[in-house]
Amino acid sequence: MTCIPLLADAAPSHLVSLGTVDYLIIIVYFAFVLGIGFYLKHFADTGEEFFMAGREMTAWIAGLAFISANLGALELLGWAGQTYQYGLMATHWYWIGAIPAMLFLGLVMMPFYYISKTHSVPGYLLLRYGPASRSLSALTFGFMTVLMSGINMYAMAKVMEVVLGWNINFSIILSAVTVGLYVGLGGLLSAIFNEVLQFMLIWFGAALIPILGLIETGGWQGMVERIKANVPAIHPDHPNLDYTHIWSVMGNAKDNAMGMHWTGAVFGLGAVISMGYWTTDFLVVQRVLTAKDLRAAKMAPIIGAAFKMFVPFIVILPGLLGLAVLPMHLVGENDPSMGQGGHSYNEVLPLMLARYCGPGLLGLGITALLAGFMSGMAGNVTAFSTVWTYDIYRPLKPDATDAHYVAMGRWCTGIGIVISIAAAYIVPMFPSIMTYVQSLFSFFIAPLFGTVILGMLWKRTTGYGGFWGLLAGILSSIGMFTWYKLDTTHTAIAYIALSPDASDMAENMYSALWAGLICVAVTVIVSLCTTPRPDRELVGLVRACTDIPPEGDYPLVHRPVFWAVIVGVVCIILNIIFW
Amino acid sequence: MKEHHVSIWFLIGLQLGIFGLLITGAGIYGYFFPPPPEQLTVLSDLHAGIWWGAIMFVLGAFYTVKFRPGSGKGE
Repeated sequence: MTCIPLLADAAPSHLVSLGTVDYLIIIVYFAFVLGIGFYLKHFADTGEEFFMAGREMTAWIAGLAFISANLGALELLGWAGQTYQYGLMATHWYWIGAIPAMLFLGLVMMPFYYISKTHSVPGYLLLRYGPASRSLSALTFGFMTVLMSGINMYAMAKVMEVVLGWNINFSIILSAVTVGLYVGLGGLLSAIFNEVLQFMLIWFGAALIPILGLIETGGWQGMVERIKANVPAIHPDHPNLDYTHIWSVMGNAKDNAMGMHWTGAVFGLGAVISMGYWTTDFLVVQRVLTAKDLRAAKMAPIIGAAFKMFVPFIVILPGLLGLAVLPMHLVGENDPSMGQGGHSYNEVLPLMLARYCGPGLLGLGITALLAGFMSGMAGNVTAFSTVWTYDIYRPLKPDATDAHYVAMGRWCTGIGIVISIAAAYIVPMFPSIMTYVQSLFSFFIAPLFGTVILGMLWKRTTGYGGFWGLLAGILSSIGMFTWYKLDTTHTAIAYIALSPDASDMAENMYSALWAGLICVAVTVIVSLCTTPRPDRELVGLVRACTDIPPEGDYPLVHRPVFWAVIVGVVCIILNIIFW
Repeated sequence: MKEHHVSIWFLIGLQLGIFGLLITGAGIYGYFFPPPPEQLTVLSDLHAGIWWGAIMFVLGAFYTVKFRPGSGKGE
C-alpha cells in the first residue's frame, strides 16, 4: 500500500546540494546493484531460478525481501508527509493495517500457496477456480502493475528534480536502465538481493533523522509539546486536534484530521485492504514463494511483520518531528503557495534529511531513496514478468520449453520497463489518473482477498462462484468510486464512508470493505447454486482437503506460531502505548 | 553441478563497510575542516557522521568477514 507523493505541481526548487563524497556513495551503490545483476545472471538460467529465485531463500531473506518490496521510497516520503498532515494516526497503516494481515498470511495462507507450488497468485486461482478467474486476475494485475511502475518512475524523477535539481529525463532513463539490467540479467534472485541491500540502506539512511530529532526536541514529551504549540499555525483548519495519538482520536470522525471513524481503520483497512494487499498482491507474495521450505515460507511474513512494526520509527516519527521542528509550514500539493517557493507535505523527509545530515550522511540518505525507488520498480517488473509469462503467455503457448519461457521472462522485463517509461511520460498528462491510481489498484486487490480466502478455507466454493464474486467485487468498487467522484451533492460520501466528514482516504477504506463483502456474498450465493469440485481435486488447495505438515517436532522457538504470537502481542502493546 | 552464489550477507557487509568508511572519513574531515556556519546542519556539533559511519563500518566488517566466500555460511 504505497502512498504516492506526486510532487507534480511543486516548483522545481532545490532542497539539498550534494558534495563529492555524496556522489561517490551514489556511484558505489549503482556499481553494486549492476555488479550483482551481472554476477547473478549465471544463477538465473532456468524458469525456477529466473522467476522464483530457485525457491531456495531462507526465511530471513524472503522475509526481508517481502517487507522491502513494500518499503519503497514513495512509501517513506508519502507516509512521512501523511504524518505531517494527519498526525500519528498514520501509524495505522503499519500496525492494524499490516501486522494482522502479515501474520495471517504466514500462518493460514502460505501453506496453500506453497504446497500447491504455484508460481503466482493468479496461478493459484487457476488451480482452485479455473482459467476464467486466473485470466481476470492476471490481466488486471498486469495492467495495474505496469501502470504503477510508470507512475513510480515519474514520481521518483519529480522527487529527484525537487530535492536535487536533477533533470527528469535523466532520472527516468538512469533508473529504467539500471533496473532493466539487473532484473533482466539476474531475475527475481537479483531483485531480492537488491531489495535486502536496499532494506539495510533505508534503515541506516533514515534512522539518524528520528535519533537526532528526538535529541533536538528533548525526547518524546518535548516533541509532543512543540507539536501542540505549532499545530494551530500549521493546520489552522484543525487547530485543536490531537496529532499524537492513534486510537483515542477516532471515536468520532470529527476528532481527527483524516475524518475517519475507528470502524474504517479496523474493518476497512485492517480486515479488507491490508488483508487484500499483504496476502494476495503478488508483488509482495512472490517474495515469500521463493522460500526454501514450508516452515521458511511461514516464517518469512512473520519476520517481515516484526520489522514492519518498527518502520514507523523511520517514517512516521520524522513526519511528527517535522511538525515540531521545521521552521517552514508545509502545505498540500494544490496549495497556491506551492508555486511561490512553498514546500509540500511530501517534502518533509528530504527537509529533515537536509536539516540533520552533512556530507556523507546526506549521500547515504539520498542513496536510500534512490534504492527504494528502484527496488519498488524492480518489484513491479519482476511480478509483471512472472504473471505475464506464466499466466497470460503460457496458456497461449503451453508446449514451449523452459528456456523459451525464461527468454520470454527476460523480454518481458524489457517490455515492462519500456511500457513503464511510456506510462511515466503519458500518465502525467492525465493528472486525475495519477491522483486516483491508488484507488484503482485497490479496486482489484480488496475483492481478490475474498476470492482467495474463500477458496482456501471453504471447499464448497466453485469456479463460477470465484469468478463472479471477483467480478462483482471489482465492479462494485469501481461503481462506488465513480458515484463518489461524480456526486455533486456530497451525499455519496455519507453513505459509503458513514460520515459526511470523511476524507478521500476514509472513502477508500469503506469502499474496500463493501467491495470485499459484496465479493464474498456473491461468491457464496453462486457457489451454493453451482456444483462443487470433488474433494480429491482440491488436495493442496483447500484446508479441509489438505494435510498440512505438523510442526510438533520442532522446538517451540522454531515454530512460526510461537513467533507470530510474540509479534502480535508486541503490536498490541505498541497500540496501547500510543493509544 | 552449478556452484553456489556468495552470501547476500557478505554483499551487505561489503556495502555497509564501504559506506561506513566514506561517511566516517567525511565526518573526520568535517571535524578538522568545518564548513562555514551557514552550511552547518542542526546538531552538527554531535558529529553524527563520525560515529554513525563507524557503526556502519564495524557492522559491515563483521558481516564481510563472517560471511566471506568459502566460509560456508549463508551461501
